[in-house]
Amino acid sequence: MLDIRQRTGYLFLAVMVAQVILVSAQVQSKSGVRILSLVTFEAFSHLERAASGGISGTRGVWDRYVALRGLRSENDELKKELASLQVKLQEEHALAERTTKLQELLDLKTEAGLPTIAAEVIAGNPNPGMRTITIDRGSADGVQADMSVIGPAGVIGRVVGPPARHAARVQLLIDRNAAAGALTERARAGGMVVGMDADPPLRMELVSNLADVKVGDAVIASGVDGIYPKGFRIGRVERSERGNGLYRTITVRPSVDFSSLEEVLVVLVPPRPATRDEGSK
Amino acid sequence: MKTLAVLLALAGALVLQTTLAGLMTGGRLAVNLVLVAVVYLALAYGPVTGMLAGAAGGLAQDALAGAIVGIGGLSKTLVGFLVGILGAQFIVSTALPRFVMFVSATLLHELVFQALDALLQSRGFAPQYMAVLFQAVCNGVVGVAAFLIVENGPDVLARRRMRRASFAKRRF
Repeated sequence: MLDIRQRTGYLFLAVMVAQVILVSAQVQSKSGVRILSLVTFEAFSHLERAASGGISGTRGVWDRYVALRGLRSENDELKKELASLQVKLQEEHALAERTTKLQELLDLKTEAGLPTIAAEVIAGNPNPGMRTITIDRGSADGVQADMSVIGPAGVIGRVVGPPARHAARVQLLIDRNAAAGALTERARAGGMVVGMDADPPLRMELVSNLADVKVGDAVIASGVDGIYPKGFRIGRVERSERGNGLYRTITVRPSVDFSSLEEVLVVLVPPRPATRDEGSK
Repeated sequence: MKTLAVLLALAGALVLQTTLAGLMTGGRLAVNLVLVAVVYLALAYGPVTGMLAGAAGGLAQDALAGAIVGIGGLSKTLVGFLVGILGAQFIVSTALPRFVMFVSATLLHELVFQALDALLQSRGFAPQYMAVLFQAVCNGVVGVAAFLIVENGPDVLARRRMRRASFAKRRF
């Protein structure tokens, strides 16, 4: 008969071995537990949507009730009235700002000439080390894996993994596992922009030491990866130095403010196979 | 009842984590609430619960994150098990030892998680030490606060209720 310590030890060993097998299966096939991932994501997206709605509701209650209750303590009637007007003005400002953002998205939609669908950010990544977001559009809206996601300021990221019916996971361009084919707008020097855990969060790789890349040059998507539409803004070169090997050391400041993503556009064009670098000279 | 509480704690931590992360996209959320929940459960219920909570929470987190499923599960299983054993061996009933436990657990978790991730993604192992340390401290603060709320919350509420009742008696 096993004592409790032995049993705990065996259980621990079994759980660890099971997970090692699970990890190994994925490393070999790259698609080992897609179903597990999809089912969890599908089920959880409803909770995320509800939580997002709850947060918006709480914000509304806070803005409209708690803040006003705080103002009641003011004895002066005029101050009270002024404060209530100020709150209303803030609301109007917020509404106007949101309208402007939506207008920008609409303009972009018209300019881009690509079939797109607007989506709202409903959640972030549960793992603090990864930079992905969840949007409220999924396979039911025509969203597929590897479709690019853009915003008025430029490239945001791409849809990763199989989307749920009404939700999809978007890997931001600044995630350490993200990459995009890119070129500098002025000199057309081609390379690859990758995300990293630093400031600025983008690095441009595979650009020859001979290429003419200067600080301030705009970096745009080259389209060679078959995911991101060619010509869309990625960022600006913040540092460009001659590297030790064949390639330059280039850091890029993204044009998108990733800290305040609320609405995005999903480009409804299925990804095509990557091509040879057509942007570089 | 205990299983339900564990599942609710993990689900709550996951929902809160994804919602908070959604509010600050791009930037990194400096707290890992699922890990806090796992360490809390390991300290409160022992190594078996800690290990199983770690496996369940880690696998769910991996599946939602879109990463290789099992890396977070492995690291959290290990952390849950070790914290559960240490919690049973030492007296961890005051704020400081608990804080140390949360901080050490986060450091161990990040070390294992990032090493496995680097290994499987064929990438160099280069952890952001300051970010990891900051997350460890944040997890420590949140974890200790969670213990305080769970342990003292009902008492505080009961005291407030009694005070209200006594005021009401004095008035009438």
